[in-house]
Amino acid sequence: MSWATRILKVGRIVQASPAAPARTVPSPTGTRASLQIRHVDAGSCNGCELELSGAFSSVYDAEQFGARLVASPRHADALVVTGVVTHNMRGPLIDTLAATPEPKLVIAMGDCACDGGMFRNGYGVAGAVGDFVPVDVELRGCPPTPDQIVETLRKVTGR
Amino acid sequence: MKRDPVASGTAVRSGTGVASGAPAVSGGVTAALGALGVVVGLRAVFGAPLHASIGWLVPFAGLRIDLDPLGGAFMALTGAVAAAVGVYAIGYARREHWARFPLVMLPVFVLTLLVVPAAGSVTTFLFGWEAMALTSLALVLTEHHRDEVRSAGLFYAVLTQIGFVAILVALVSLSSASGSGDFAGIRAAAGDLGPALRNGVFLLTVVGFGSKAGLLPLHAWLPRAHPEAPSPVSALMSAAMVNLGIYGIVRIDVQALGGGPRWWGTTLMVVGAASAVFGVLQASVSADLKRLLAYSTTENMGLIAMAIGASMLLGASGLASVAAIALTAALLHLVAHAAFKALGFLAAGSVLAGTGLRDLDRLGGLARRMPYTTVLFGIAALGATGLPLGAGFVGEWLLLQSLIHTPQGDNTLLSLVIPLSIGALALTTGLGIVAMVKAFGIGFLARPRSEGAEKAREASPTMLVGMALAALGCVVVAVAPAALGPALTRVASTLPSVGGDQGPKLGAILRLPGAAGSVSPAILAAAFAVAISLVLLLARWGVGARPAAVVRPLWAGGGPALTPRMQYTATSFAEPLQRVFDDVLRPDTDVAVTHVAESRYLIEKITFRTAQADAVEEHLYWPVVRAVAAVARGVRKAHTGSIHLYLLFGTIGLLVVIVVGR
Amino acid sequence: MALSIALAALQVLLVLVGAPLVIGAMRQVRARLEGRRGGGVGQPWRDLRKLFRKQQITPEGTTVVFRAAPFVLLGSALLIAAIIPVVSLGSPLDSSGDFVAVVGLLFLGTVALALAALDTGTAFGGMGSSRQMTVVALVEPTILLVLFTLSLRVHSANLAEIAGGTLANPAQAFSLGRVLAFASLVIVIIAETGRLPVDNPATHLELTMIHEAMTLEYAGPRLGLVEWASGMRLTVLLVLLANLFFPWGVAPGGPGLVQVLIAVAAIVAKVAVLAMALSVGETFLAKLRLFRVPELLAGSFLLGILAVTASSFLPAAGR
Repeated sequence: MSWATRILKVGRIVQASPAAPARTVPSPTGTRASLQIRHVDAGSCNGCELELSGAFSSVYDAEQFGARLVASPRHADALVVTGVVTHNMRGPLIDTLAATPEPKLVIAMGDCACDGGMFRNGYGVAGAVGDFVPVDVELRGCPPTPDQIVETLRKVTGR
Repeated sequence: MKRDPVASGTAVRSGTGVASGAPAVSGGVTAALGALGVVVGLRAVFGAPLHASIGWLVPFAGLRIDLDPLGGAFMALTGAVAAAVGVYAIGYARREHWARFPLVMLPVFVLTLLVVPAAGSVTTFLFGWEAMALTSLALVLTEHHRDEVRSAGLFYAVLTQIGFVAILVALVSLSSASGSGDFAGIRAAAGDLGPALRNGVFLLTVVGFGSKAGLLPLHAWLPRAHPEAPSPVSALMSAAMVNLGIYGIVRIDVQALGGGPRWWGTTLMVVGAASAVFGVLQASVSADLKRLLAYSTTENMGLIAMAIGASMLLGASGLASVAAIALTAALLHLVAHAAFKALGFLAAGSVLAGTGLRDLDRLGGLARRMPYTTVLFGIAALGATGLPLGAGFVGEWLLLQSLIHTPQGDNTLLSLVIPLSIGALALTTGLGIVAMVKAFGIGFLARPRSEGAEKAREASPTMLVGMALAALGCVVVAVAPAALGPALTRVASTLPSVGGDQGPKLGAILRLPGAAGSVSPAILAAAFAVAISLVLLLARWGVGARPAAVVRPLWAGGGPALTPRMQYTATSFAEPLQRVFDDVLRPDTDVAVTHVAESRYLIEKITFRTAQADAVEEHLYWPVVRAVAAVARGVRKAHTGSIHLYLLFGTIGLLVVIVVGR
Repeated sequence: MALSIALAALQVLLVLVGAPLVIGAMRQVRARLEGRRGGGVGQPWRDLRKLFRKQQITPEGTTVVFRAAPFVLLGSALLIAAIIPVVSLGSPLDSSGDFVAVVGLLFLGTVALALAALDTGTAFGGMGSSRQMTVVALVEPTILLVLFTLSLRVHSANLAEIAGGTLANPAQAFSLGRVLAFASLVIVIIAETGRLPVDNPATHLELTMIHEAMTLEYAGPRLGLVEWASGMRLTVLLVLLANLFFPWGVAPGGPGLVQVLIAVAAIVAKVAVLAMALSVGETFLAKLRLFRVPELLAGSFLLGILAVTASSFLPAAGR
C-alpha cells in the first residue's frame, strides 16, 4: 500500500488554473470542452514534444479542459503540428489532414511550425506549416511552455 | 495448397469427351435422389415404416430395408444435403469440367448414403457401408494426378477399412450371439447378452463408427480427404457421411443394446470432448479454407458424440428427463451441422472454382467480387460459431442446459465428468469463434492477397441455388428450430434408454421439461431487429449539424498507400493463438538468418517457414507406420529367392499347424 | 406485460444514459489518484455529442461489414440491457434469452467489430482483430464456466432465476464456488472490455493496442456508436457482476414505483462502486506484455474450473 499512502501524501499536484481565457477560436464542432488532438511531428527538434507531453502531464493536466490526444486522425478534431515541415513530412502532413473528418482545425505549435523559426532555410526544409495546410491557430514560442499550450487549447475548447 | 484450375481442367477435359448436358443429368439425378430420400425418410419418421426385402440383389443374405423413424430421420437429413449438393453440382461440374467418372459416381455415392440408414439387417448395413466407403474413396480420388490427393486417398482407405473391420467384428459377433441377422432381432435379444460381449461391441463400434465420424484418434483421414475431394463431394462427406458414424453409434449402442453401464457414456464423452477441443484448435490455426472446415467437422462431431455420451451417462444414472435434453441437443446439432457444413463446403467450392485458391493466406477481397457467395459463407460461419442468431446456437445451448440440469453431489462420477465437459465445451465454443472469424474475415473481407483472388468470379446460378437451399436450412434451424420439433420427438421416442420419450418441446420458446430454462431464437432475432432499428434512430442524433459523409483512402499512418501485402494473413491472425497453445499444437517453425559475408551485423536475408502438422498424426500414426515398415523390412530378409528355404518355411509352418491343431 | 416492457425500456434507457457516465467516473477516479483534476464525469458525454456532429468517413475498399459493425455492436448491447436484470427481475425477454444467449450476444458484437477491423485491410486492423479474438477464445470459456457455477444451484441459466435464487437464499451468496467465480468474472470483464492490465484504453501506441487498433478507421458518428457501445458493454457486464452476485435491491417481477426507485438507486450505487474499484485497481497496474495476457486469462479459466468443481463437489455447503 505504499503507493496509496504516497498518493494520499502528495495529494493534488495539478496547478491551480486561471480563469478560462476568452474563446477566440470557434471550436471546430461548436461543442464546448471536447477537443481530440492528433499530434503531427512535421520535423521538430522534439522540444515542442517535451512541452506538449508536459501539458498533458499531472501538473498541467490539459485533459481537465476537455482536450485529449488520440491515436488516429480519424478520431481527431484538431491537428497539433510541431516543427518545420521537412521534405519527407510534407506528404504525410497533407495526408493526415485529409484523413481528419470535418470540421477540423490545424494548430501550428512553436516558432518553427509558424514561420520556420531557426531552421527556416535548412536544406531539408520545405517550409512552414502554413505553406502546405491552412493554419487556424498559431502558438508561438521556442518551445512554447505548457502554460501557453494549455491556454491556447482552452481558447479552442472554451473551458 | 495452390491449385491451377486451368491445368487441372484441361487434364481432365482432354481425357474424355463429356456431353455438355452430362453435369445437368448427374446433378439432377443426385438432387432427385436426395429429394426422394427426404420424402421417404420423412414418411418413415411420421409413421409409415417401410419394410422391403430384395432377396436376389445381394448374395446369400439379400437386401433388407427396414426404415423406422430413426433411420428415416437420418435418411431425410442425408437426402436434404444431397438435394442441395445435387443442384450445386450441376454448375460446379460444368465449371470444373468434370470427367464422366465422377459424374457417374456422385449419384451412386448418394444412393449408398441413403441405403445405410435404411438397412434393416447387418448384412445390408455392412454392404451399404462398404459401398459408401468405396464410392466416396473413388470420388476423393477424382483429381488423382495430384500427389496430395493420392496421399489423402491412402489415408482415407486405410482408416476407413480399419473402421470397417471393427464394425464388421462388432456386428457379426452381435448377430451370431443374438441369433438374428436384423436389427430388430438383435434389439429383442440384447438383454440376454453377456456383459463382456456388450462391452466389446461398444468399444468396437466406438472405434469403427468413430473413425467414420472423424472422432479422435482415427480422425486423420478427415482433414486430408475432405479438402482434397471435389467440393460437392466434400460437402456430402462432411455434412452427410460423417453423420452416419453417429447413426451407427445411436443405432447399435443406444437403440439395439439399449445403453450400457455408465462408463460407456463417459468414454464417449471423453472421446467427444477430446475431438471437439483438438478439432477446433486445429481449425483455428489452419490456413487452408477446406482443411479448416474439415477440422471443424471433427469439432462438431465431437460435440455431438459428447451429447450422446452425456445422454447415455445420464440415462444410465436414472436421470431420463435430463438425458433426453442431451439427446435432443445431439440430434438438433446434427441437423444444424449438416446445414452449415454443407453450405460452408459448397461456398468454399465456389471460392475454389472462382479463384483456384483455398489457401486463406492468398485469398481476400471476395466480398466485392463474389457478394452472394460471401453472404452465404457468412451464414455458414455464423452457424459454426454457435453464437445466437446462428444455426449452431440452439444445439449447443441444449447441450449446456443438459449439463447444468444434471443433479450432482451424491454422484462422484457425475460431479467430476460434468464440470470438465463444460470446460471442454466452453473452450470449444470460444475457439470456434476464432476459427470462423478468421475464415470469413481473412478469406472474404479486406483486399485480395493474390492475383487469383483479384480475378475471382461469382459462382454460377445453379451453384448459388444449391447454396441457397443449404442456407435456408441454416436459417430455419437458427430462427425456428420448432419446425424440427415433431420429427425430433418421433426419433427420440424410439430411444427409450436415454429418456427419449420425455424430451423437451421445441415450441416458439424452447422450454425444458421439469426444469427452469428457456430460450427463444425467434423472439431474440425479432428483438435484435428492434434493437438495430433503435440504433439507426440513435445514429440520427446531430445529423443536421454533420458535414456530408465522404469516402477517403485508408489511413496509412502517414506513409505511402497500404498494399494488400501489408494485411494480416490467416497465419498471422492465428499466430498469437498458436503461441498460447504451443504445447498441444506443436507447430513446426524454422527461422534461418543468412548474414552478409563481410559482417555478421548485416543480414542478407531471413527465411521463415512455418508448418502446422496434426500432432496426433505425428505422435500416434507415424510411430505405428514406422513399426509396420520395420517389421516388413525384417520379413523381407526371409525372401531370398531360394526354393529350398521356402520349402523349409512351408514345412515349419505345416508342423506348427499340426502341433497347434492337434 | 405493458409494465414489464416499460421496465425493459427503462433498463435500456438507464444503461444508454449511464454508460458514458460510468466511463467518465472511471477516468475521473484515475485522474484524482494521479493528482490531476480530470475532465469531469460528463466528459464522455461531451465527446459523444461532438462525435455525432462530425463528418462520417468511409475508407475506400471497405464493405457493408465495416458500415454495419457499429450498429450490430450497439444493438447487441441494447438487447443485453433489455434482457438482464438491471432494475427488475421481470424482463419480458427473460424467457427468450438466458445467460448463454446474453454471452452469445456480447460476443456477436465483438465478432462484428473484429470483422470490421479485418475489413479495412490495414495492418493495425488485422492486428487488433487477431489479438481481440485470441482474448475472446479464452474469455468466452471462462464466462461460460462462471455461468455454470452460478446456474448449478438454481438449475437454471435464466438470469432472473439466478439472481432470484440468491435473494431467496442469501447464505449461498458467499460459497467458495461463487467467490472463485466472482474473481474469474472480474478478470474476464477486464479483458473483454479492454481495461488495464490487458489493454490500455488511453494508449496512443498502435503496437500495444487491442480494442483501439480495431477502431482506428472509424470517424464521426460511427466512432460515436462504437465508443458508446464499448461503454455500454462495460456497464452491462458490471451490472451482471453486481446483480448476479449481490442482487439485493433489485425489484421483483411486477414491482411498485417505490421498488423501482429503490432498484434504480441500488444499481447506480453498485455499478458506481464497482467501476471505482476497477479504476483504482487499474491505476496501480501497468499493462501486461501481450503474451503474458493469455497466462492471466488461462489463470481465470482455471479459477472458473475450480469454481465449477467446488460448487459441484461441495453443494451441501450452500444449500
